[in-house]
Amino acid sequence: MALRSTDILTQTPQGLYCPLGDFHVDPVRPVKRALITHGHSDHARSGHRSVLATRETLLIMAVRYGADFAGATQEAPLGESLRVGDVTVRFTPAGHVLGSAQIAIEAGGTRVVVSGDYKRAEDPTCLPYEVVPCDVFITEATFGLPVFRHPDTRAEVRKLLDSVALFPERAHIVGAYALGKAQRVMALLREEGYDRPIYLHGAMERLTEFYKSEGIPLGETPKVVASERAKLAGAIVICPPSSIQDLWSRRFPDPVTCFASGWMRVRARARQKGVELPLVISDHSDWDDLCRTIRETGAGEVWVTHGQEDALVHWCTTHGIRARPLHMLGYGDEGEAEEAPAAGTEAGDAA
Amino acid sequence: MNRFAALLDRLGYEPRRNAKLRLLTDYFRHTPDPERGYALAAMTGALMFKEAKPGLIRGLVEERTDPELFRMSYHYVGDLAETAALIWPAPGHESVAPASDGAPAIGHNNPPPHVPTLTEVIETLATTSKSDLPARVAEWMDALDETGRWALIKLITRELRVGVSARLAKTAVAQLGEIEPDEVELIWHGLEAPYENLFAWVEGRGEKPESGNPAPFRPSMLSHPLEDEDFEKLEASEFLAEWKWDGIRLQAAAGHGSDGRPVKRIYSRTGEDVSRAFPDLVEALDFEGAIDGELLIVREGRVQSFNVLQQRLNRKAVTPKLIAEFPAHLRVYDILFEGEEDLRSLPFAERRKRLEALVARIGDPRIDLSPMVPFSTWEELAAARADPASVGAGPDADAIEGCMVKRANSPYLPGRPKGYWYKWKRDPYLVDAVMMYGQRGHGKRSSFYSDYTFGVWRDGPNGEELVPVGKAYHGFTDEELAKLDRYVRNHTVNRFGPVREVEYGKDRGLVLEVAFEGLQRSTRHKSGVAMRFPRISRIRWDKPAAEADRIETLEKILERGEKEVYPLQDKAAKRQKG
Repeated sequence: MALRSTDILTQTPQGLYCPLGDFHVDPVRPVKRALITHGHSDHARSGHRSVLATRETLLIMAVRYGADFAGATQEAPLGESLRVGDVTVRFTPAGHVLGSAQIAIEAGGTRVVVSGDYKRAEDPTCLPYEVVPCDVFITEATFGLPVFRHPDTRAEVRKLLDSVALFPERAHIVGAYALGKAQRVMALLREEGYDRPIYLHGAMERLTEFYKSEGIPLGETPKVVASERAKLAGAIVICPPSSIQDLWSRRFPDPVTCFASGWMRVRARARQKGVELPLVISDHSDWDDLCRTIRETGAGEVWVTHGQEDALVHWCTTHGIRARPLHMLGYGDEGEAEEAPAAGTEAGDAA
Repeated sequence: MNRFAALLDRLGYEPRRNAKLRLLTDYFRHTPDPERGYALAAMTGALMFKEAKPGLIRGLVEERTDPELFRMSYHYVGDLAETAALIWPAPGHESVAPASDGAPAIGHNNPPPHVPTLTEVIETLATTSKSDLPARVAEWMDALDETGRWALIKLITRELRVGVSARLAKTAVAQLGEIEPDEVELIWHGLEAPYENLFAWVEGRGEKPESGNPAPFRPSMLSHPLEDEDFEKLEASEFLAEWKWDGIRLQAAAGHGSDGRPVKRIYSRTGEDVSRAFPDLVEALDFEGAIDGELLIVREGRVQSFNVLQQRLNRKAVTPKLIAEFPAHLRVYDILFEGEEDLRSLPFAERRKRLEALVARIGDPRIDLSPMVPFSTWEELAAARADPASVGAGPDADAIEGCMVKRANSPYLPGRPKGYWYKWKRDPYLVDAVMMYGQRGHGKRSSFYSDYTFGVWRDGPNGEELVPVGKAYHGFTDEELAKLDRYVRNHTVNRFGPVREVEYGKDRGLVLEVAFEGLQRSTRHKSGVAMRFPRISRIRWDKPAAEADRIETLEKILERGEKEVYPLQDKAAKRQKG
């Protein structure tokens, strides 16, 4: 008899937990044994006793937190089944960022897939998503509203290049998440034939070097020297989203504020951030791809971890798929997570 | 359509005027006729077609989407046009409708739909009947991408609003050649979309188009606000003053065509031809030249408040009943042309004499002079401004919102030149009120609680209570907005959809100093009063809610206002007393 899905995976304050294998997936607090889907800081935290992840994700965690980010680490080769406690686990590409993987957990003939964050769109910097048929599919819903349909990324990058051509005396400052998005934008610019140096904010440097060392060609990417900022007319500069509005970016010649994010689809979101050139480039699935992926897994049950859960649960229900929102806290993305501390301190002022 | 959509998209985010100009000239330079001409027409409001109502768009979307998903999406995005553009289930997309199993993929037997040009859209709109319109719009929506659909909806609902004035668009055209924007302005009203002759001229490929318009618009002269510190620098004897009327600025121009027939036109301050809205006034333009003045509603010799004027402006159809009920009146204060003679370089004092003579010749009660306000010191003028009725404004005092102060020797210059004309507005009323509700804003502010309902104290059945007296959504900086938003979120006691009720009472609550321009009695509001142009002038983080104002403060302002409107009754009452 097949096991119930909750025997394989349940929700705990630390995050999703597998009782039969005694491990957590992407826990938000330190645990004994963690399986990590990808290197973004809201999924990959330091301080676990042991971590199982893909080789790239382990290296990314070491770049971010130092080599001693966990007591012990184990590499999960893509596509290979591993025994953990009383379950079998298998890592499969998720197409989100370099090293990102979905984790299939199987026991007693029931398979649960934790997809982490994933996208179906083409990305020159990571392996494409592979559909893993399963009984229970655990999905994010960052862009889980039908207003989110990500356009062709090439057209978005051409928008940036057209603007650089039209305003050659201004610097174009592109806000992009330091892991994945930044390197994807660079790779897309190269694919469109842009061969001038792409300047980087210091916070981008180490992860970009790591991508290059993994054999992803990104061209010349010098770090911005503070005293040289005023000379970067006509340049493309990539920085973390939080830097596009601060003093750092104002020293450039008449900067054009750009932001590469799926949120840029909605005008009000772009204007709130003072963005002048929104680039709708996302490392998450858009609405159509979320729906398509759920269908293709053939799952009879869907759990929605975070994002716009309600709309996706509604869609599943009206399409005869059982679904429930997990309302999981601690997972944000694409710059949203970075803003949280600032918002917290301000509450004190107003009160 | 896609190029035009991309232009609008980009303009909507661009705050800098010069960058907007660059985007516009770049578009005009690289877009062929007649496409660019229709784009120019769209941005200058020169297109003639019956616009689509937002309800049409909503109806089309509701037919194609799951209502629950549409509701959630609209709530998130906060703008109907944008929600519709983004959620539209184009062919080849996973459907958002509940029953469908996905639309067929695009392939050999199912070619992608034809993407319309802006020209096709506009030409089709001009000839499409109302009943065919939904089907046409749906076809276009299917063919366009998200940005294209957004631009289409903005275009056909006449809600472009991308921060480009007609003037800016014309300036961009002028910049294609070495031409002054005013030259384009002068011939503008003789031109028609798609303006091929205009583009040919500015690009040096053709003759300058004839003005063709014997009654053209000339750019208006605008004023600067008068600040307290200005008085020390300005010599009162060099200035003349008039009332500042609370109406709508208009320019009336009249001449005769080559066939000898009279041509009479009325333009808005920005040069939009609004003649069709005011046939009663056009009829009265019995002169040749151009005069500058204020549109007012005058009933039985008395100027009505702006509220009354708005009732006429809000109507689309100009019926004889509307004209009889809201008779348009032009109160003039300057003359630009008399016949063919350009008077704009004359000093203001001389133009004034020419204007007085002209108005006397016209001799129509619908056109009269804005009287001069006599003064010899700034103190005298301040007294007049504080109490217009005392210096002869009589029953019209209610429609006065301050003084215009003009240098006696000022020429009439286009735009807002420095040092000539000043506006000295009446100080606003102020009241301290307590925040009661916060509501999510729209558009740019859709994630902020940016609209605040506030109340003042009154005696209720169970002691003092707060009664809402108005709602304000501006007057604060972005930084203050962030704090107010946070305040609403942290002090919520109740939620009603997009509205949150906040804590308030004698010992808790946030006091807002609200500035407003006037009060009216209202049966729609619980408090019995309605504010005009309320805005937050200060946030009183320091002031206890118990010390906010009481409704009596507003009652007094209301009574004072009513005295100004009916000063004769008031005088009669005084006489009886004495």
